[in-house]
Amino acid sequence: MGRVEGKVAFITGAARGQGRSHAVRLAEEGADIIAVDICGQIDSVPFPMSTPEDLAQTVKEVEALDRRIVAAEADVRDYGALKQALDEGVAQLGRLDIVSANAGICSYGRLEELPEKAWQDTIDVNLTGVWHACKAAIPHLKAGGAGGSIVITSSGAGLMAMENIGHYVSAKHGLIGLMRTLALELAPDSIRVNAICPTTVNTPMIHNEPSYRLFRPDLESPTVDDLTEPLLGLNALPVKWVEPRDISNALLFLASDEARYITGVPLPVDAGCVTK
Amino acid sequence: MGKLDGKVAFITGAARGQGRSHAVRLAQEGADVIAVDICKQIASVSYPMSTSEDLAQTVKEVEALDRRIVATEADVRDREALQAAYDAGVAELGVADIVLANAGIAPMSMEVKPNEWQDVIDVNLTGVYNTVEVTKPSMVERGQGGAIVLTSSTAGINGIGGGAPGGLGYTAAKHGVVGLMRSYANLLAQHRIRVNTVHPTGVNTPMVVNDVMQEFLAADPQMSQAMANALPVDMVEPVDISNAILWLVSDDARYVTGVTLPVDAGFTNKK
Repeated sequence: MGRVEGKVAFITGAARGQGRSHAVRLAEEGADIIAVDICGQIDSVPFPMSTPEDLAQTVKEVEALDRRIVAAEADVRDYGALKQALDEGVAQLGRLDIVSANAGICSYGRLEELPEKAWQDTIDVNLTGVWHACKAAIPHLKAGGAGGSIVITSSGAGLMAMENIGHYVSAKHGLIGLMRTLALELAPDSIRVNAICPTTVNTPMIHNEPSYRLFRPDLESPTVDDLTEPLLGLNALPVKWVEPRDISNALLFLASDEARYITGVPLPVDAGCVTK
Repeated sequence: MGKLDGKVAFITGAARGQGRSHAVRLAQEGADVIAVDICKQIASVSYPMSTSEDLAQTVKEVEALDRRIVATEADVRDREALQAAYDAGVAELGVADIVLANAGIAPMSMEVKPNEWQDVIDVNLTGVYNTVEVTKPSMVERGQGGAIVLTSSTAGINGIGGGAPGGLGYTAAKHGVVGLMRSYANLLAQHRIRVNTVHPTGVNTPMVVNDVMQEFLAADPQMSQAMANALPVDMVEPVDISNAILWLVSDDARYVTGVTLPVDAGFTNKK
């Protein structure tokens, strides 16, 4: 008996990275999946974003676990498209219990120099896109009548300041406010809302030269080996980063009945980064 | 295959309530248990505290799961006695992988008792400090990491508990536990020992569900309001705290440290 057996989970940003890991981990524990991802580039993002092939790989991995998955390409900034993708998934899979509002982007720059477009795109995807996912999901969760669990992917940068990613920090802090308010509004329906706040996660979003330069602005073309010291310096535990599966395990806990009375909580999975 | 196969857990306040639930839940996942409890009354506490029979029942329940348990009556305020109890467990079961500083009292009632401030600080704060101090050297020396969970409270994040010395002391002690947790998390991270707190709302245990506490809560409308959760549930069950602790001490949370984790039905967020 899986820990989320028979439940249906809606996951944004599910094509790769943390989102794919969430889809696979929840499927391992018995959930069916509604997956969406933009599968395309946003101009202000300085690294390659997900592709249709990535999303197809997520579908393959979930199906290999004998779970069902309904996948659609949709942009979380487009409420209508997102809602349509979710409604279609619920129509096919019959219900909705779990939401992982995970889709996110990043770009880099000091706030006084940051292009307006980079600010706006990051706020649109990382904050408004999460609200869109929740707004589209709430009627389905309520209709089930059995409560539900929404897990918002914030960040260590949702709880503390970090230079050179002020727009990302602002959006991720905003998610904490969104989470807290949703938790209050939805508690009477036994729908729980929590946020996970990861430190650096070993995903494609960090493994690119612009991200490496965030940690090593002193180098022209830093490689991953140049990052060891600054990455270790972020965390209290002696690790450079955590794996997507570590975030998935936190999501699984929050989504399961093991956490049936946990709501309104920002949960760092951050190797002690925030406390350090 | 349990999540904690081959692990050893040191649990204070293990005779009943949350502590017993933790012992049983962790044993279900394969852990052996070193259990301590005072099994005695403290004069400033108005509700009946644990007994030797309670601790014997915990032993019985863990053994029924085919796990080993070494149980000792010891007061967390007494560092030497606590050390001796831990060492006796280590001699039989090995060094602790998991430490649960759970023992606590709530000396709140309709009439102020002498020494209630000091007693609650001694048990709920100094007792937690003692618990970490008696286990820490062996865990560090062994060098295989570990997980420590300190039981705080919603009163460790919010100014609740009332204005009597025992209530103020309870809130102060539970806040103090958070400071201890953060310092230990930073100090012990290099040894891969993780330290976190859990913050329960009212839990269905003998500490809360007794005539004295219910009379105390009912007498002060501000108090009963202060106990109102966001989720439509009056109290949570001990197993809900045990499940949170199980997650925190398992490898599923291998990179979670320095975290205050409310298990409070949305109480803190509602404030």
